[in-house]
Amino acid sequence: MKITVCIGSSCHLKGSRQIVESLQYLISENHLKDEVELAGTFCMGNCKNGVCVTLDDKFYSLTPETTKDFFATEVLPKAKA
Amino acid sequence: MALRKFDTKVQYLKYKVLREVAREAWNDTLLEKLYDIPKRIVPGKEATMRCCVYKERAILAERIKIAMGGDKHNPNVIEVIDIACDECPVSGYEVTESCRGCLAHRCEDVCKKGAITFDHKQRAVIDKTKCVECGACAKVCPYGAITNHKRPCERSCKVGAISMATDDTCAASIDNSKCIACGACVYQCPFGAIMDKSYILNVIDLIKKSEESQKFKIFAVVAPSISSQFTYAKLGQVITGIKELGFHTVVEAALGADMVAYSEAAELADKGFLTSSCCPAFVDYIKKQFPDLAEHISHNLSPVATISKYIKETTPDAKVVFIGPCTAKKMEFKLDTVKPYIDSVITFEELQALFDSKDIDITTLEEGVLDNASYYGRIFARSGGLSDAVAQALKEQGLDNFDLKAVPCDGIEACKIALLKARKRILDGNFIEGMACVGGCIGGAGCLTHGEKNKAEVDKYGREAYEKTITDAISQLR
Repeated sequence: MKITVCIGSSCHLKGSRQIVESLQYLISENHLKDEVELAGTFCMGNCKNGVCVTLDDKFYSLTPETTKDFFATEVLPKAKA
Repeated sequence: MALRKFDTKVQYLKYKVLREVAREAWNDTLLEKLYDIPKRIVPGKEATMRCCVYKERAILAERIKIAMGGDKHNPNVIEVIDIACDECPVSGYEVTESCRGCLAHRCEDVCKKGAITFDHKQRAVIDKTKCVECGACAKVCPYGAITNHKRPCERSCKVGAISMATDDTCAASIDNSKCIACGACVYQCPFGAIMDKSYILNVIDLIKKSEESQKFKIFAVVAPSISSQFTYAKLGQVITGIKELGFHTVVEAALGADMVAYSEAAELADKGFLTSSCCPAFVDYIKKQFPDLAEHISHNLSPVATISKYIKETTPDAKVVFIGPCTAKKMEFKLDTVKPYIDSVITFEELQALFDSKDIDITTLEEGVLDNASYYGRIFARSGGLSDAVAQALKEQGLDNFDLKAVPCDGIEACKIALLKARKRILDGNFIEGMACVGGCIGGAGCLTHGEKNKAEVDKYGREAYEKTITDAISQLR
């Protein structure tokens, strides 16, 4: 499973670093380092809906506050499946 | 109106050529319109720059060639246009009509070589067989009557790469084995007879082939010195303008600088002595003039190569174009170690030409955002910034025990002094920050303007960065 977080200027200002940091923490807390690959990319061309995040090929619009929910409802079930 | 964007009329002329070449290239009409461009820039019959409009147009034809990539057989990006060279006098120190034949004879007293005598009108005469061109006489003359007839190109070239051609043209000639492509002569030649080759056609071609990012994405990596440029508009408008040209997005080279500062600090603490690797002209200078010190060059890629490498690793089909103040970067991106990461390089001058070739008035655009790097990455653009960043990176990595003694060298002459001392092991320092251009990158030959306020602009831009530490700026990359 691959999570890609946009770290382009617009998303960066909306908190992409905080999202990357909390995902890193959640992945390691749940011992998913082997299953989940976390990557960055510059600009997904959807700046208005940032912070842009993709889980495999599905698009999500996150904020630092919604990241924990995203992890619980989208990443964890997929990892367990 | 347009002149306020540039320091000199030479830059403005060069810009007009680039703009017209680009305009035709966008329309796929360059080959058929090629011969119309000189007449478009110099219409009518009245000469304004040279002896006649025909010579002006002949020189423009040469400028067009360089705007289209220049001489393919010359590996250097800096080229002389023989017919544009005014063949300025090279006679060295000479006494002018201003000499009043005074009694003091300070010139005679100061001359250690006994080269100064006086004619029957008591006026000074310099014996060229004795004179060593030290300039002491010129300094002491109360009338400023002794002047140095040295070509501005030669005077600007602090690495001694320019001399008079030995053939019958007497034009300036560049020794490629000494030239570091800093572009000082390009900016200084009052006749615009030395130019940097342009790769705007490659960039236009890339943009067309990307089909609005459908086929592949083109990333513009911009140097932090951009903060001192395009002062007639907002930086955010410049960013939007770059995207309007067809770039997918714009990334700060300064983020690469953060990455470099971090690993360079660690390398320095490990090895104990380093010379910086950011400035390609400085690196080239060490390789050409101080090969014995080359082992001390930091093993880091330059900031732009570092961030471009990251871009290519995360977006495999990406193309990267560097936009900066630097002519030497046009050499760097051809190195085997850098080639895989950077596809082309243009200057701020050329970016202005590209905007206008598509009639993009950036002052009317919405402001985009540019924010990837920290304060420290951004201040790489000015002399001393890299040293500050390395000091900060040592601190952030808990390497405070390493006693950093940075030697920031502002301009290639200062670099030379530090390197000579390092060679003799008498340098009071363990980290040489080398910047070939005076002031740092903000003094680069590809800048539109070079002003007193530029350093303050860079520092202000640094303080505006969202990330305040190097560690935070690069944490999301790992």
